[in-house]
Amino acid sequence: MINFDYVRATSAADAVSRIAAFPGAKFIAGGTNLVDLMKEDVERPPRLIDISRLPLNRVEDIQGGGLRIGALIANADLAGAPPVAQRYPLLGDALRAGASGQLRNMASVGGNLMQRTRCCYFYDLATPCNKRRPGDGCSARDGLNRAHAILGASVACVATHPSDMCVALAALDAIVHVRGPTEGRALALTDFHRLPGDTPDRDTNLEPDELITAVELPPKGFAEHYSYLKIRDRLSYAFALVSVAAALDLDGDRIREARIALGGVAHKPWRDARVEDAMRGEPANAATFGAAAQALLRDARALAHNAFKIDLAARTVVRALTQAARGTPQSQTDKRIG
Amino acid sequence: MSLSAPTCIGASVSRIDGPAKVTGAAKYAAEYVAPDLAHGYVVTSRIARGRIRRIDVSRARRVAGVIDVLTHDNRPQMAAQDDAYRDDVAPEGAPFRPLYNDRILFSGQPIAVVLAEDPEAARFAATLLGVDYDEEPHVTDFLGQRDAAVAAPKGAFGPPPARGSVETALEAAPVRHDADYYVPAETHNPMELYATTAIWDADGRLTVYDKTQGVQNAHTYLCGVFGLKPEDLRVMSPYMGGGFGSGLRPQYQVVLAVLAAKALRRPARVVLTRAQMFELGYRPAMIQRISLGADADGTLRAIAHDAVTMTSRYEDFYRQETGWSGLLYACANASYAHRLARLDLPTPCDMRAPSAATGVYALECAMDELAVALNMDPIALRLKNYSERDQHSGDPYSSKNLRACYEQGAEAFGWAGRAPEPRAMRDGDELIGWGMATGVWEALQMSIGVRIVLSANGHAEVSCATSDIGTGTYTIMAQVAADMLGLPLQDISIRLGDSTLPRSPVEGGSWIAASVANGIAATADAIRADVLRLAQGLPHAPLAGAGPDDVELAEGCVVSRADPSRRTPIADALRHARLERIEREHLTEFAAPKLAHNTHSAVFAEVRIDEDLGLIRVTRVVSAVAAGRILNAKTARSQIMGGVVWGVGMALHEETLIDPAFGRIMNANIADYHVPVNADIHDIEVIFVDEPDAEINHLGVKGLGEIGIVGVAAAIANAVYHATGTRVRDLPITLDKLRR
Repeated sequence: MINFDYVRATSAADAVSRIAAFPGAKFIAGGTNLVDLMKEDVERPPRLIDISRLPLNRVEDIQGGGLRIGALIANADLAGAPPVAQRYPLLGDALRAGASGQLRNMASVGGNLMQRTRCCYFYDLATPCNKRRPGDGCSARDGLNRAHAILGASVACVATHPSDMCVALAALDAIVHVRGPTEGRALALTDFHRLPGDTPDRDTNLEPDELITAVELPPKGFAEHYSYLKIRDRLSYAFALVSVAAALDLDGDRIREARIALGGVAHKPWRDARVEDAMRGEPANAATFGAAAQALLRDARALAHNAFKIDLAARTVVRALTQAARGTPQSQTDKRIG
Repeated sequence: MSLSAPTCIGASVSRIDGPAKVTGAAKYAAEYVAPDLAHGYVVTSRIARGRIRRIDVSRARRVAGVIDVLTHDNRPQMAAQDDAYRDDVAPEGAPFRPLYNDRILFSGQPIAVVLAEDPEAARFAATLLGVDYDEEPHVTDFLGQRDAAVAAPKGAFGPPPARGSVETALEAAPVRHDADYYVPAETHNPMELYATTAIWDADGRLTVYDKTQGVQNAHTYLCGVFGLKPEDLRVMSPYMGGGFGSGLRPQYQVVLAVLAAKALRRPARVVLTRAQMFELGYRPAMIQRISLGADADGTLRAIAHDAVTMTSRYEDFYRQETGWSGLLYACANASYAHRLARLDLPTPCDMRAPSAATGVYALECAMDELAVALNMDPIALRLKNYSERDQHSGDPYSSKNLRACYEQGAEAFGWAGRAPEPRAMRDGDELIGWGMATGVWEALQMSIGVRIVLSANGHAEVSCATSDIGTGTYTIMAQVAADMLGLPLQDISIRLGDSTLPRSPVEGGSWIAASVANGIAATADAIRADVLRLAQGLPHAPLAGAGPDDVELAEGCVVSRADPSRRTPIADALRHARLERIEREHLTEFAAPKLAHNTHSAVFAEVRIDEDLGLIRVTRVVSAVAAGRILNAKTARSQIMGGVVWGVGMALHEETLIDPAFGRIMNANIADYHVPVNADIHDIEVIFVDEPDAEINHLGVKGLGEIGIVGVAAAIANAVYHATGTRVRDLPITLDKLRR
């Protein structure tokens, strides 16, 4: 572990000016990922700027509908917040599918957005990794890649984004509010994370001197027809091999609108607008869901050990959509798949 | 006046060390402090094979608080002969010598230890070491080396002699089953990190607080490696946060801590990281080929069991996976082979039920497949071939109540309601599978020394150099002593985990409970004779003329068995003789048993599977165990439950992943190395069947540290087949294997 120094930000503006003034510094909130990475010497920030005490932990209704979620609210608190439970249960379920109770008590919303991949080579300094050191090569491409990406990967990187929360946020068309040294801006969640391309060292489109202040949910919460279905190697406390956030707006048995986001399959939560558009007006049945699943995975490419994920992802999409259509979302406590 | 029967042995007694553990009063190896304690952080090799060309320590040494950096270049002297490094349980070969020379034998090998005034400085400085290597090509791909494997050397763990004519019998058998079964490398992951604190006393003697399953093994080893006089070294391990076999051999941190203490002439502590613990030893990956031949009525005609297991290039570690097949079932023809694939990895080591967890997994899956081929109930097939004799020696058993395990386990599980065909049982969309397997382990006992000090105030101290690795040894020792000395449990204190105490073997093989319990009983016999002699010295002695076998110690008195009203308080007997205490130390030796001796179990598992997604839930396990006399119903049940949970992990989760390109373990943490979590564990029922055994030892104790895991993975694998009709023969059974 590398030595570092530590300062506490007094306001969002103070946080942003402090990070702008100190290249390489990092914000720390819950620290559930960053501290691990620092222990492994993967992250070596010379300075930590503690933002955990900033007043960015409120959940507020937005006039005209929608919800504004402070970036520093703990995952556990957000999952239990009444407006989330009532209007955006998909988000609550995705949060509960992630990590453990202890971690959810510490992890912040902003930190969850900034989670780095769990690729084992990224964590092991003895192996090359383009994400850690651009140009070194990707050890996973020809290595142990059973859990790695099947969509949107590049020669440089086949890592996946590990978050559950972000998968639900992607499905809900969430907007990320950030603040820079001079001004704020808003990014669609689906534009927040990047595909690896030639720059896998950059996980997100956030600038180094920007602070996430809030996540905004549009009014439409799909509270009637949704499901978050996470498939993993044990029944709790494991990262997704595949996860699906499914949300439907139904008119009788016809689909008015469909949202499907996949986790565990790419460098970012995966959505495909063409697939969702094609579902509009179709019957909410197995044929429609199967076709959507096939279309979502049509560009999937397998590595040596993860071919099973393509078929698994397709099946998980169908199941999650079926659960959503029936109004019987996957329970996050009973591990039996409904 | 009547005599209350002994009540402690067998009772459901909570751990007597529990309060110390939950309040933090119990200190573990990394918790001992001393003035000027130096903190060591280990630096390990990036490469799997080659030589260290150079280690640049200059930047590390400049870090504030850093005292020194020890490497092979500047370490204190260590022994030059392999013998010095060969501990009590070392396999054949040239044992690893930490920091000995520039040779790299495996990735993750310790190559330096940074010593600093605090652990943070040591850990930071460790990142600044510059290490240059001359790399050599390495091989760690086990499956790729299957054909290059060499015959295991003949030795204590070599396969038993073959019997009959297996090839002929297999060819003649009307029903035959042949298959390969794969078990990956697995890592113990006890909760407590391996650690050693070495502290000098004023006279220049060293006390080493080490995490180990054998303080005397570590003591002998360190004396050999460092040329210490036995009286100048004491090794202590009073508490241990789990071992499971990983602490049978002295681990490298104990060498590094003593090196540091010697180099600095200061107390020193070395604590390993979780990742570093993955290089201490592991259950070796293995492929086992089983061939079974049977008559149409299920009578076994031939068993062939061949194993290929991985080991290091410097030691031939192996255990007798194959022998269990020839032992368990009546069969006239049996043959075995064991080959080793030598890889650029650390030497494997024993892991809970070494050889049986793995060998019986393969055998019991093969038996299930044979039952399918025969269209026979799996229990019926096993009963058809039930053996009342050890099939290797031909000897009858001192006790074997496996039949009751099958009966009571099946009854509790509801086995009679099982539809025989696969895929026949469902609950909604979920497929239900019921599988079973037999478990078997040894019932071993080893020479052991026990000292009892009985005080006039009615307190007894019982000591032995054994370890309590979390199993409950403290508690069963106190229970046995309480009954044998006729004292309440709270008046017994136990000392263990100290190399200066009476001699004990390493804590492994499930042999400590039987050994130490009988050792206490034998030593208490001597104490009883002493007390009687003193009591007979009293004027008008009520026990005049009685012999030691005519009396017992009960209710704080020495009491006539024939007439409990004839008694003398122990306190009176001692005080009359002007003794504050009497002390006896006795080495109990166990004669080679004339009869065969094993523990057995029958394990039943229910799985529920979402076939579409491949998700498996183990919803019920019943484990019926025959293990002689149970010393403590509560800790015994905990032992078996722990074994079952681990068996679930073995079946569905555990795998140490080694990248062949780098020769490195890539999931060396307990987030990526999966063990079962609460959500994976449902109902576990433990049954102890009655198994009186008057032959095995005085108390009829067999031990049950290992038996709980044996058979569990097979029962689950067999249940998965029964649910789905898909036979997965490589562990762990992950969803991708089920769906391919």
